[in-house]
Amino acid sequence: MSTPTSTLDRAVGPGAEPAPRAEAHPVTLRRVLASEWIKLRTLRSTRITLAVGLVLMAGIGVVVAAVIASRWNSLGADEQASFDPTYSAMQGHVFGQLAIGVLGVLVVTGEYATGMIRATLAAVPKRLPVLWAKSIVFGAVTLASSTIASFVAFFGAQAVLTPHHLQTTISASGVLRAVVGGGLYLTVVGLIGVTLGALVRNTAAAITTLFGVLLLLPVLIDLLPSSVSDHITKFLPSNAGDALLHVHQQSGTLAPWTGFAVMCAYAVAGLAAAAYLLKRRDA
Amino acid sequence: MVIEAKGLVKRYGDKTAVHDLTFTVQPGTVTGFLGPNGAGKSTTMRMIVGLDAPTAGTVTVHGKPYAQHAMPLREVGVMLEARAVHTGRTAYNHLLALAATHGIPRRRVDEVVDLVGLRAVARKRVGGFSLGMGQRLGIACALLGDPQTVILDEPVNGLDPEGVRWVRNLLRGLAAEGRTVFVSSHLMSEMALTAEHLIVIGRGELIADASVHEFVKQASTNSVRVRSPQAAQLRELLLGAEVSVASEEAGALTVTGLESDRIGVVAAQHGITLYELTPQEASLEDAFMQLTQDAVEYRTSAGAQASTGADGTLAGAGRNAA
Repeated sequence: MSTPTSTLDRAVGPGAEPAPRAEAHPVTLRRVLASEWIKLRTLRSTRITLAVGLVLMAGIGVVVAAVIASRWNSLGADEQASFDPTYSAMQGHVFGQLAIGVLGVLVVTGEYATGMIRATLAAVPKRLPVLWAKSIVFGAVTLASSTIASFVAFFGAQAVLTPHHLQTTISASGVLRAVVGGGLYLTVVGLIGVTLGALVRNTAAAITTLFGVLLLLPVLIDLLPSSVSDHITKFLPSNAGDALLHVHQQSGTLAPWTGFAVMCAYAVAGLAAAAYLLKRRDA
Repeated sequence: MVIEAKGLVKRYGDKTAVHDLTFTVQPGTVTGFLGPNGAGKSTTMRMIVGLDAPTAGTVTVHGKPYAQHAMPLREVGVMLEARAVHTGRTAYNHLLALAATHGIPRRRVDEVVDLVGLRAVARKRVGGFSLGMGQRLGIACALLGDPQTVILDEPVNGLDPEGVRWVRNLLRGLAAEGRTVFVSSHLMSEMALTAEHLIVIGRGELIADASVHEFVKQASTNSVRVRSPQAAQLRELLLGAEVSVASEEAGALTVTGLESDRIGVVAAQHGITLYELTPQEASLEDAFMQLTQDAVEYRTSAGAQASTGADGTLAGAGRNAA
């Protein structure tokens, strides 16, 4: 095997002048960002999960648009009146969010499950830069890729709708906001996944919680008397964020940007709680 | 002082893992951190690098809490367990990601990969690694920042004899370069070969803090084996308040509490013939077993504390060697 004395740089005893040693620099957020970027792109599971999310986001809207177009004449009058060619194109977000949310969870819990977190926190013992860097790197990657997927879904769906003269244009009022909103919505769901992962530190528990919040909670609240549920439903994370994807505000929902702000508030609150716990808990 | 722990306490619920642990690790030596499984070694090491927060007490590395260093990996390289690695990532990418936090260049990653002999598998995913390969990767991570101090938790665990010898040589090489090595083990014999100084804990408490030599002396009640045709007569002459004599076979005595010189003198004075007079030094393993049998009874004495002074000279020797 190797002989350590010949390969390692010579170190020195206390008090002596430092001998030449391997290059190193203070830990900064920029360097932790570089580290997290390497971590994110060097896992096969990350690339696959992200790809699944993007395909669902881009593809399902087109399929939904095609189905509606082919059955247009058999739709009722109110269905035809309420048809939103943009929102139909955004239908992929319901499925895409599951993959993106799981990816957000895995970015954190993957480290806890494998013990990697101890190597990470030994390298960055101030800890909080790790949480910020994970959120920023994952958020940026998700925002860029899911915004592209959202536009692909929009233009794909309009192409399918055009022969039936049901299409809209990106320059129509509220449409650009809704399509950009598709990317923003997925990004915030991903970040909520990151915070749940950091709070729960267990993959199965965090994914269950995420799906419960996104899918189950709206159904449960709807079981309550409408006098109660009407006040709650619109503030649930998925419903609040969904408002941004509609070109026209639906009854019983928040205004687009208000809804998105509410959704972001959940992510920010979760991130703050995760930061507090990351500082306090043993790794 | 490289590592300085003062009154360290760690409780998990109502279970006390580490109780009032005070010790220092001197620079430029291999210090063995010894104790039975579950004695609190890993917990203590996790507290040193800030992964676990002490319930009470403090621990500093190079004069500061670990987390307050601008370049922690440059100060201390740590391997707490071989598998602190994401199994889906390649060994090389794992090292690259850790190196990035300190702006450590790629050539240093290549260096440590070669140093631990992982070149052939560096581009393979860690999930398929054998225990020994995982251990080598853990050591590569610990050396990545070219640290002044290296902390390794059970580095020879699960290694084959060739790997054990490799770790042993590595530790000696690091110390010869003037680095401080703090290495835990539950294997006394392994420590006897690599460590100059020992910190022994049992049930979370400090049992001994001494050089390997002193540790054996302090811990063991050395005995002398005597064979004589007049064994019974000699036995009567030797017995005293501090002296015990056992006889397992006719004509042979095992004397504890007396130096062999003294026994020889007594025998000569009474005209007793001796066939054999052999001082029996307890092995490190014996000393360890004896000490850890009852952790509380063997709390460190003032003598054990004073022995750290003797270690200072060992540290000096280590530096000269480098």
